[in-house]
Amino acid sequence: MDSHTLAAQTADTGHVEDEHAPFLRHHFESVPQQREAATFGMWLFLTTEIMFFGGLFCSYLIFRNWYYPAFVAGSHTLHIWAGTLNTTVLIVSSFTMAMAVHAAETRVRRALMGWMIATLILGCGFLCVKAYEWHDEWVDHHVPGLNFGPESFLHGTKAYPDDKLPLDVAEKTQLYFSLYFLMTGMHALHMIIGVSLLTILLIQVRGGKYVNGHVAPIENFGLYWHFVDIVWIFLFPLLYLISRHQ
Amino acid sequence: MSTILSLPDQSTASLPKVSYLNKEYGLKSWLLTQDHKRIAILYLIAITFFFFVGGAMAALIRLELLTPQTDLLAADTYNKVFSAHGIIMVFFFLVPVAPAVLGNFLIPLMIGARDVAFPKINLLSWYLFVSGGCIELTMMVFGGVDTGWTFTTPLSTHYLNTNVVAAAMGIFVAGFSSILTGLNFLVTIHRMRAPGMTWFRLPLFIWSYYATSFIFVLATPVIAIALVLVVLERIIGIGVFDPAKGGDPLLFQHLFWFYSHPAVYVMILPGMGVISEVVACFCRKRVFGYTAVAFSSVAIGVFSFFVWAHHMFIMGISSYSALVFSLMTMLVAVPSAIKIFNWSATMYKGSITFDTPMLYTLGFIGLFTIGGLTGVFLASMGMDIHLTETYFVVAHFHFVMVGGMVTAFMAGLHFWWPKITGRMYPESMGRIAAVILFTGFNLTFFPQFILGYLGMPRRYAAYPPEFQVLNVFSSAGATVLAVGYLLPLLYLTWSLKYGKIAGANPWQAAGLEWEIQSPPLTENFPVTPIVTHEAYDYEWLASKKGSEVPTVG
Repeated sequence: MDSHTLAAQTADTGHVEDEHAPFLRHHFESVPQQREAATFGMWLFLTTEIMFFGGLFCSYLIFRNWYYPAFVAGSHTLHIWAGTLNTTVLIVSSFTMAMAVHAAETRVRRALMGWMIATLILGCGFLCVKAYEWHDEWVDHHVPGLNFGPESFLHGTKAYPDDKLPLDVAEKTQLYFSLYFLMTGMHALHMIIGVSLLTILLIQVRGGKYVNGHVAPIENFGLYWHFVDIVWIFLFPLLYLISRHQ
Repeated sequence: MSTILSLPDQSTASLPKVSYLNKEYGLKSWLLTQDHKRIAILYLIAITFFFFVGGAMAALIRLELLTPQTDLLAADTYNKVFSAHGIIMVFFFLVPVAPAVLGNFLIPLMIGARDVAFPKINLLSWYLFVSGGCIELTMMVFGGVDTGWTFTTPLSTHYLNTNVVAAAMGIFVAGFSSILTGLNFLVTIHRMRAPGMTWFRLPLFIWSYYATSFIFVLATPVIAIALVLVVLERIIGIGVFDPAKGGDPLLFQHLFWFYSHPAVYVMILPGMGVISEVVACFCRKRVFGYTAVAFSSVAIGVFSFFVWAHHMFIMGISSYSALVFSLMTMLVAVPSAIKIFNWSATMYKGSITFDTPMLYTLGFIGLFTIGGLTGVFLASMGMDIHLTETYFVVAHFHFVMVGGMVTAFMAGLHFWWPKITGRMYPESMGRIAAVILFTGFNLTFFPQFILGYLGMPRRYAAYPPEFQVLNVFSSAGATVLAVGYLLPLLYLTWSLKYGKIAGANPWQAAGLEWEIQSPPLTENFPVTPIVTHEAYDYEWLASKKGSEVPTVG
């Protein structure tokens, strides 16, 4: 086997135009390779995120089975309008983010900035609504560990007069709220990270980056943003909707 | 067919003028480096430090157990010492040692890439690792933690006032280091292979690191969330693990072992990759059953996710699920055995030379077989009820982790030391250390199998006097073992300056990493290699004279 020797010729790679692209890192052969690597890395990162949230979803599943009446009653106290509003806000923000990626690919800086600002505003809007909800839950003594009392579950409510739980069952609503705060809290943490990253990217776009064909950072941030959106798409029915008519 | 090759004349070898080691100088050029080889060295230094801290804890444990009474350490101090030993050795030595040191150094070299896919993230993961370690050390200085490395609830959440939160946060931070390392390797292996480097031309080392990385990526986030829950339970009392509020401590066990059992395979799979390389090289043969060995790595990775509850047989899980987990656990023995048999078959009719890496490898095969088979004992529920929480378990996992992984790591470190530093270690000293290590290891841990079988429980500072003889054996063995670890530290450091110049390929090994200069250039390959052959083409190598072995640059 004479071909055994390492051929002293460079592999023919990539586009001629790409060979000297300023954003091509030294250890990649070509721009497509760099972009594929970044995207693949992002998908893997999202897999780790699924496993991270998976632990919480699994706990929710178990405790919901164990303490069904408490979870139903806990769910009834949430503001369905706030959840619906936030779901809408996030879906729209996913749309604006997708448009931002499109704008980056077509290299239109003004459109890119516009869509990114829209996404940023929607993301902040989501957090505001969420903060309002949390404040309400604090006022109602629904925060486990810090400020919790089972009183509101003992006598039923206007909307759900049947929610009269015995004291021991009412105390189990604590677990519902623990998981509620953990899941929405982790989700909000991801939103805060997302909003921060978006702000950084926005400043960089203003400086002229990402409209020269180097779209991977915008594209991958888009993936992250859609992922956070999808987590909420699961949280909304599990926490707000599933027990609406029981 | 195979022939013994005379090693190339090293007296004529000279160190290359420019390499990754001398391209830049100064502390800053190391601490801000993005070169995967330098990051591997940074890891090696940090991990060696943690190894000797953890080793000092082990020394204290063995000293205390020399006598049946609690004379050297008080009982609660003893608890803190074995917890520190466990936490440091598991999270800051065994999990990162082979991936972060050997993997970082070798994966790009073996697949013909210039670096890992994300060099900055690679550096970040080193900093995360060191930060996690610093948190852990600070925590130990300010009183330590006495939960054991498993943070079992409700002990960790309700009954202790030691630094559980700090200990958990240190592991949380270091966990991100694992995740990022795994992610980096996966992307590198998928996307950065040189032209012609197909999946079935990859060295088996890469296959086992691939499986390891998958475990990192899928399992580590679960322990992250489990530890967050423990911390929140302690700080604000969320109740998820608190039976008084309706929570369930068993849930913690599920979440914890869902990570920690796969993590056990993280502590052995990379070692298996090293052994495949060393066996092939020192038997001058292709690894027997390449495909089977490659897929057995993947199989171990997959099975690792379905056996976690065997840590919980006595914790009140249902007997039906215990049955399934028991069966699954025994199934893991199949891919492990495939590897052992294939390595043995590789040695059959090979031209074996007993250089230091090969001695370690032979030690690995024996010790891992014992460790693995006692794992099958523990997987059968009846035996487990008798043996669990005894020294039998301690001996079992030390055979796998210390006898297996650490021995394999030493094999790999010696094997690639010439590539890493450009210099040879003193061979005779290496062989002596390998034999000392093997002897010391068996003397330390074999008596513990007997102790455990006789019923001595783990995690106690005092024990009935009839166990003393075996404990004295074990402690005596630990001193021999300590010599076996200190010796390489000394002569490897010595060889940095005084070792013989190695040359590009001192072992006449196949594989891309041996075709470039040692130590390599910062960019690894001056021109992108084009691969036309499999990693273990020793028959081809045998037909060439030393001077004809291909080198680049």
